[in-house]
Amino acid sequence: MTGMSMAITRRNMLRATSALVGGALTLGSFGALAQGAGTIKVGILHSLSGTMAISETTLKDVMLMLIEEQNKKGGVLGRKLEAVVVDPASNWPLFAEKARELISKEKVDAVFGCWTSVSRKSVLPVFEELNSILFYPVQYEGEESQRNIFYTGAAPNQQAIPAVDYLMSKEGGSVKRWVLAGTDYVYPRTTNKILEAYLKAKGVAPADIMINYTPFGHSDWQTIVADIKKFGSAGKKTAVVSTINGDANVPFYKELGNAGLKATDIPVVAFSVGEEELAGIDTKPLVGHLAAWNYFQSSDDKANKDFIAKWKAFTKNPKRVTNDPMEAHVIGFNMWIKAIEKAGTTAPDAVIDAMVGVSVPNLSGGLSTMMPNHHITKPVLIGEIQADGQFNTVWQTSGTVVAEEWSPHLEGSRDLISDWRKPMSCGNFNVKTGKCGGKGA
Amino acid sequence: MKSAVRGLRGLALILGMAAALLAAPGSALADAADDILARFATDRFADTEKAIADLAGSGLPSASAILEALAANKLLFDPQERKIYIGAEGAPLIDAKTGAKADAADAAAMKRVRTNNAVRTALQAAQGALGLTSPDPVKRRSAAEAVYKARDPAQRAGVEAALAAEKDPQIRDIFSQARAAMIALDAQAPDAQKLEAIDVIRARASRDTISLLSAVANANKDRVKAAAEEASAALQARQALWSHVQNIWYGLSLGSVLLLAAIGLAITFGVMGVINMAHGEMVMIGAYTTFVTQEWIRTHNPALLDYSLLFAVPLAFLVTGAVGVAVERSIIRFLYGRPLETLLATFGLSLILQQAVRTIFGANNREVSAPAFMSGSFEWGGLAITSGRMWIIVFALLVFTALQLLLRATPFGLRMRAVTQNRRMASAMGIDTNRVDALAFGLGSGIAGVAGVALSQIDNVSPNLGQSYIIDSFMVVVFGGVGNLWGTLVAGLTLGVANKFLEPFAGAVLGKIALLVFIILFIQKRPRGLFALKGRSVEA
Repeated sequence: MTGMSMAITRRNMLRATSALVGGALTLGSFGALAQGAGTIKVGILHSLSGTMAISETTLKDVMLMLIEEQNKKGGVLGRKLEAVVVDPASNWPLFAEKARELISKEKVDAVFGCWTSVSRKSVLPVFEELNSILFYPVQYEGEESQRNIFYTGAAPNQQAIPAVDYLMSKEGGSVKRWVLAGTDYVYPRTTNKILEAYLKAKGVAPADIMINYTPFGHSDWQTIVADIKKFGSAGKKTAVVSTINGDANVPFYKELGNAGLKATDIPVVAFSVGEEELAGIDTKPLVGHLAAWNYFQSSDDKANKDFIAKWKAFTKNPKRVTNDPMEAHVIGFNMWIKAIEKAGTTAPDAVIDAMVGVSVPNLSGGLSTMMPNHHITKPVLIGEIQADGQFNTVWQTSGTVVAEEWSPHLEGSRDLISDWRKPMSCGNFNVKTGKCGGKGA
Repeated sequence: MKSAVRGLRGLALILGMAAALLAAPGSALADAADDILARFATDRFADTEKAIADLAGSGLPSASAILEALAANKLLFDPQERKIYIGAEGAPLIDAKTGAKADAADAAAMKRVRTNNAVRTALQAAQGALGLTSPDPVKRRSAAEAVYKARDPAQRAGVEAALAAEKDPQIRDIFSQARAAMIALDAQAPDAQKLEAIDVIRARASRDTISLLSAVANANKDRVKAAAEEASAALQARQALWSHVQNIWYGLSLGSVLLLAAIGLAITFGVMGVINMAHGEMVMIGAYTTFVTQEWIRTHNPALLDYSLLFAVPLAFLVTGAVGVAVERSIIRFLYGRPLETLLATFGLSLILQQAVRTIFGANNREVSAPAFMSGSFEWGGLAITSGRMWIIVFALLVFTALQLLLRATPFGLRMRAVTQNRRMASAMGIDTNRVDALAFGLGSGIAGVAGVALSQIDNVSPNLGQSYIIDSFMVVVFGGVGNLWGTLVAGLTLGVANKFLEPFAGAVLGKIALLVFIILFIQKRPRGLFALKGRSVEA
């Protein structure tokens, strides 16, 4: 197996993958032996080709780095870690197939992966059926809590709601009129539903809320930017809450910049735009537009500075940026290691039970804890885009925020709670009826 | 950072302490100035915001230099001494108050004065107030715009003084509009003055005027409210009329993008009949050529950066043209007359090209910057025009004209048309049909590459760039009529305009679906598209 780890340090992907395949075959033939005293296998289920490769490739790299670091420290329980990388190619059904392959064939002890909600939904039954562990690192729409999944990204109340609160405050510009713009799929639709209910509860009139959806990869933003301008000319301070996803962001921001829509006039706060996305845009016209995350690369924390230095050295690229989902993987990975040490084994049931209550430092200078709902506590940060493509934190919660996996602002989930500790062990306990089960799985 | 944010509570305390520290004997003015400047050094946005307004009114000679440094992110502070400095990369530190060199100051201990939207808004207003009396008319003009935008009643006296001294009639207009905006929003001003002010404001017919008038209507009652609402309604009605023109413009702009993306395909698919699924990847390679060209110019000859696109156009044509010829020689030529296999082979090729680019350049977006003449926007009547989009329309028409000339007025164009119309006859006349096929495919690919140069200005430069255009391109070519460049032109522009008129009613998602349904129905009725080729060539 030394050959393989060498290949990874060289980061020569082709070789690494072929070595992995070779290694897997060898292990397969000596199955029983490899299981006991051999390595602990970590599955990495991120798209390396297709549309999502833009976001997910980085997460694969960060996992390889974390595993290498851990092995330098001597691994865990005296065993080395071994990465098993597969490429689900941005193809949702393939995610399920690859997850099955990782668990049944490669016998991995945990999987780190997925980006889009639809890919998570696609692998969810597989993890349930084969009783394995998935760490999901991306901010998502909530309304889910599953025993085999640990959600290290933000739930809506850890990102969207604080961002709206900030904009409503005097410091954020006392915004009175809202444009909720998103890509047409489940995350923006659910988030906007929660935000709409929240805004209305805060006394915002329906006429002051404009909701707009666009297809994936939308590239002609002229009409929508003009509409936003028009909506913003009603004499009340207006802001745009953007759940626009992926590739559509670059043309959107380019159009904003060209149309001269300044952040001082109509600020745009985005939930899916991080340092990686900004790397492809000239950010000078965008200075002051906002993003809400749980981590920014510009964090002054020492652990963060170390992490960035290691990351740049690992990728041999001084320009590589870090972002929020990467931090989520760092937290998730460290929690997993701690839970294994606590449980003394990598057996899924023991690790799942040991995970709850584990605390590790996050990279913003605080502690994140795995809660009984399998979500983690996170600080919420609002950052303004700067001319160098980084974010300047202008506001942050005083402590960490506990995830509300079931939103209290939605009709169907108001009465649900999730607690995976015994004896409840339920992801959707209805406090009204006192029964486990209801919406969701 | 956390303390900076929680700020306000501790603010009073710290301010008190700072004031106590600074209460050393000295001239009253210097004391006040130090007091203001020390507030830049608290690392709190609220303090900075207040300090900006105070500084603008302090009469300190270095005030405008300090604000300029803050706007450029060059203002530093020493958290220990609570003093501020101006420091650029590689330049010596300058004491912000005196403007003298500060060699004694410890550069390593400095922190940057941070800005947020509120600070930047205050900064614009303050810079406006300071620039009102500038001898440079350009500065005065932007200062006038800034005070118009800020509408801060405190600046009214300054604006009135500047208005009295102003000679330039255009800047005078902006000053009087700024003054009117302040009066209209001033709770103390009498109604008669306000009504007059509303008349002045409505003369400035732009989007932000409606916003201002709505604010005036919200802030006032009775007569003034009615007048403001009436003025705002009149402007809105005018805007509504213009919005149709605006929609046509947006449509032409979208249409020109569709035309650019499709015109190469009109050659390979339309004229040669090759279903080229890798067409989008040629566009993508063109965009990456632009990126590489720009990077090379940036490192080797930054002076030419604004002209990088001019170099990128021929380079992209050559690179993608060469790729096209190679593809034709190695794959397509074995598959002529077998459309299904061509489709599969080129689809596979598109995946290979995407992954190749992803391996070479990485999966992330690459930044292609816009030259100065292609950034920003201007208003023409009630029409908002972004420069980048305008140049893309011009460019699309240029490419179209050039291609038409090539096909109609050169020997190569003649041979190409001959081969498409009757391959065997052309061959019998001594035309090397293999060569023409290769060059024609290269031409189509090259044009796609040129389109990539333009698209790099408005879209992601990522390996997926081509995918988003391939369906649209086929749609345009099929709708326009296979084998007809004019059809492609008309179809591209028609679809663009139709899309933009549908979008406000149906939304972007439904609008696109409606358009696809329309094209399907249209093709049922006229299978050969808008401009059908007639005669023997069709059957051949």
